[in-house]
Amino acid sequence: MRVTQGTFSFLPDLTDEQIATQVAYCLRQSWAVNIEYTDKPHPRNTYWEMWGQPMFDLRDPAGVMLELAACRKAHGDGYVRLSAFDASHGWESLRLSFIVNRPAEEPGFAVERNEVDGRRIDYTLHRRA
Amino acid sequence: MSETVDLQKAYAQSRVGEVLDQLETELIGLKPVKARVAELAALLLVDRVRRDLGLVSALPTLHMVFTGNPGTGKTTVAMRMAEILRRLGCIRSNHLIAVTRDDLVGQYIGHTAPKTKEILKKAMGGVLFIDEAYYLHRPENERDYGQEAIEILLQVMENKRDDLVVILAGYAGRMETFFASNPGFRSRIAHHIEFPDYAIDELMAIASVLLAAQDYRFSDAAESAFRRYVEARMRQPYFANARSVRNALDRARLRHAVRLFAERGRTLTMDDLVTIGPEEILASRVFAAVAAA
Repeated sequence: MRVTQGTFSFLPDLTDEQIATQVAYCLRQSWAVNIEYTDKPHPRNTYWEMWGQPMFDLRDPAGVMLELAACRKAHGDGYVRLSAFDASHGWESLRLSFIVNRPAEEPGFAVERNEVDGRRIDYTLHRRA
Repeated sequence: MSETVDLQKAYAQSRVGEVLDQLETELIGLKPVKARVAELAALLLVDRVRRDLGLVSALPTLHMVFTGNPGTGKTTVAMRMAEILRRLGCIRSNHLIAVTRDDLVGQYIGHTAPKTKEILKKAMGGVLFIDEAYYLHRPENERDYGQEAIEILLQVMENKRDDLVVILAGYAGRMETFFASNPGFRSRIAHHIEFPDYAIDELMAIASVLLAAQDYRFSDAAESAFRRYVEARMRQPYFANARSVRNALDRARLRHAVRLFAERGRTLTMDDLVTIGPEEILASRVFAAVAAA
């Protein structure tokens, strides 16, 4: 089951060229782009691992693509996303985030129902093995 | 061959002529440098036209090294070079990141690689200018982290040739030692450009350009005094060409202001405010040193 989160996730996967174009757009808006990876793509898992340091003051997408290639090499069997942060308000706020790498096979999630407190039902998402 | 090509049109379209003209008019002297830059521009333009016609044109190695004494205009030319390369389509943006050893080399184990990579990423798409590049290599300390920075740099210079142009700058003698101990560098750099020292007339021309830019001018007596000042200064140690001239002018402006302030009882004219007199130049320590010798 394909994990859909962030921008563009209902489109076919972006090619490297398309990713670079998106990064170039972010840099033109003076947003800082960083790379994160995880093997737990649960929708409630907001905090992914950071790949290296956030990249401030870049002028060209080549630097991001270089790091992305390195991250894919190390974590090609997991999920990788790019996030762009806007600091113009004085704090970094997320402007754009999209998945740029996903494993070949995505097990997806299943809903589990638990009966609690009499007839009330709790729903939990759990990852299929 | 039926296809024809209008080189003149390509030249006009690239608007590289404007930058070359600017280089010619705004920078005094530096004949060999201007000639090399013009040659390089011609090569890149012809390459681009060839590429448009579908001929093979391997992207030339554009990394350069600028050698020359202090104050001969290495940084200034590097800034213009970024603009020229962008107009010829060799780099995507005209930004130039100027760094020295401190920006590349870390202070403890594992600090250098991320630091160097961060700078390289910032420079991508443009020009990385490494001033005093010979400091990267410290032969007297074999555990120096400079070597690590050099290795990363070499790797990126080789693999990312279309993303980044590296310009190294430094004094001729010390760069020579640097290349001798890092042979990888020499072979990866195609263009060695040497910056000659300025002649006395060129230094005087630079002085008048610098003064005019700040709305000052020499009186006739001050001009001849300044010529004698520069002649004496050139023979003293630590002479830094245009930089020494600029510093001398800054000191002259200071003395000029002090003199006007001391005479503050009288009404000043516009002429008083813009004219630097001979006394400002003659007060310099350089003349005292000449007299003592």
